[in-house]
Amino acid sequence: MGLLSKKDAKLITDPLADNNPITIQVLGICSALAITAQLKASIVMALSVMAVLAIGNVVISLMRNIIPSKIRIIVQLVVVAALVIVVDQILKAFSYELSKTLSVFVGLIITNCIIMGRFEAFALANGPWRSFLDGIGNAAGYGLILVIVGFFRELLGSGTLLGFPVLGDPIEKTGLYSIGYENNGFMLLSPMALIVVGIIIWVQRSRNKELIED
Amino acid sequence: MEHVELFLKSIFIDNMVFATFLGMCSYLAVSKKVTTAVGLGAAVIFVLAITVPLNWLLDQYLLQPGALKWLGDDYADYDLSFLSFIMFIATIATMVQLVEIVVEKFSPSLYNSLGIFLPLIAVNCAILGGSLFMQSREIPSLGLATTYGVGSGIGWFLAILAIAAIREKIRYSNVPPALRGLGITFIITGLMAIGFMSFGGMLTGGDEPEVTKGTNVQEGDQEPPQVKLKENDSNTNTVVSKDLSMANSIKVNE
Repeated sequence: MGLLSKKDAKLITDPLADNNPITIQVLGICSALAITAQLKASIVMALSVMAVLAIGNVVISLMRNIIPSKIRIIVQLVVVAALVIVVDQILKAFSYELSKTLSVFVGLIITNCIIMGRFEAFALANGPWRSFLDGIGNAAGYGLILVIVGFFRELLGSGTLLGFPVLGDPIEKTGLYSIGYENNGFMLLSPMALIVVGIIIWVQRSRNKELIED
Repeated sequence: MEHVELFLKSIFIDNMVFATFLGMCSYLAVSKKVTTAVGLGAAVIFVLAITVPLNWLLDQYLLQPGALKWLGDDYADYDLSFLSFIMFIATIATMVQLVEIVVEKFSPSLYNSLGIFLPLIAVNCAILGGSLFMQSREIPSLGLATTYGVGSGIGWFLAILAIAAIREKIRYSNVPPALRGLGITFIITGLMAIGFMSFGGMLTGGDEPEVTKGTNVQEGDQEPPQVKLKENDSNTNTVVSKDLSMANSIKVNE
């Protein structure tokens, strides 16, 4: 007996590949590019967005019958802003250096198109449990792309993963560096994030021919 | 002169799209035609020019640590900066609503062509990002905040104009099917961002912390062309330094 019915499980698995918020729905791109130079920052950002999106989806879904249509954008903005303030304060309290790395982009979760997009497209029309799952699913899809981009950027850019040197020590010239390998510092610069996402889109659309646009 | 410096800095060096990737969603969605891109870019400039100074005032007199001194001395310790997000987004949403009303009254054709994108500017990361960066960079005066807002808007406008023009042209190119549309736009934007990094040396003597590793070849880096005369090869051309942008071949006269 599974915890989730088939339809509900689809809410989580769809955004991971076929309906990925970043590569298919084209939402949430800003933060996906700017902070992915380190894998740790990517993971923390993905978890923050997951928290805000899941809880926000539930809150909006619970209120969906009492929000007047004219002010629904304002209500959504207030809910998201409040949640982001909480997340920001938690980050500042428990991991100050990381919150400095993420700096402005934690605040920009408010305008992260995924959150408003899912509120409009799903939470306003569905019950709280399904909205929660939808939030988790979309945030997982978003997080997947962030982690992939962060993985390659950190590995190729500084030879470390989550801060641990995995290719050897560049100063002592151990591991891979002993045969003359050098870190590709370019990967740490922001334009490479755009190109890595472009390549991810290329791979995804080559595997799934239906996604190709004309 | 710090106004000019901040103006140029916010257009080229700290370009909202290419340096910090703000406003990418509408940037990618609206850049299929140059005309709509121009309309959206102009709206973004206008909204930024209004909201950044307003939020500066809010930050200065309400939100900063110690900002509430004007209410009385016992309020001097209050630090309301944690409310910044919600206050900024509230002013932005209000201003966008006002801009919408004004545009609808004075230019109905512009209002119709912008359609849904005018209210969507309220949730454009570029607008909120402009205010948040203004706050985190601690811009000291109202005039500088306005300059920063206008400059950032113009930078965004330049970026979306460029990508729209390029996307219109590459419709006739042989892009691989899986890259068409979104994929190639990402890669082109990445290349443009690399190009814009070359502006990093523009205002030298400033306090730019990051050193760009892959700088493009700039005009000033090249040596003036020197012709090396070979006495015994009178009919050979000596071509100097192949990567000169002006590839002149210099004929050696006898």
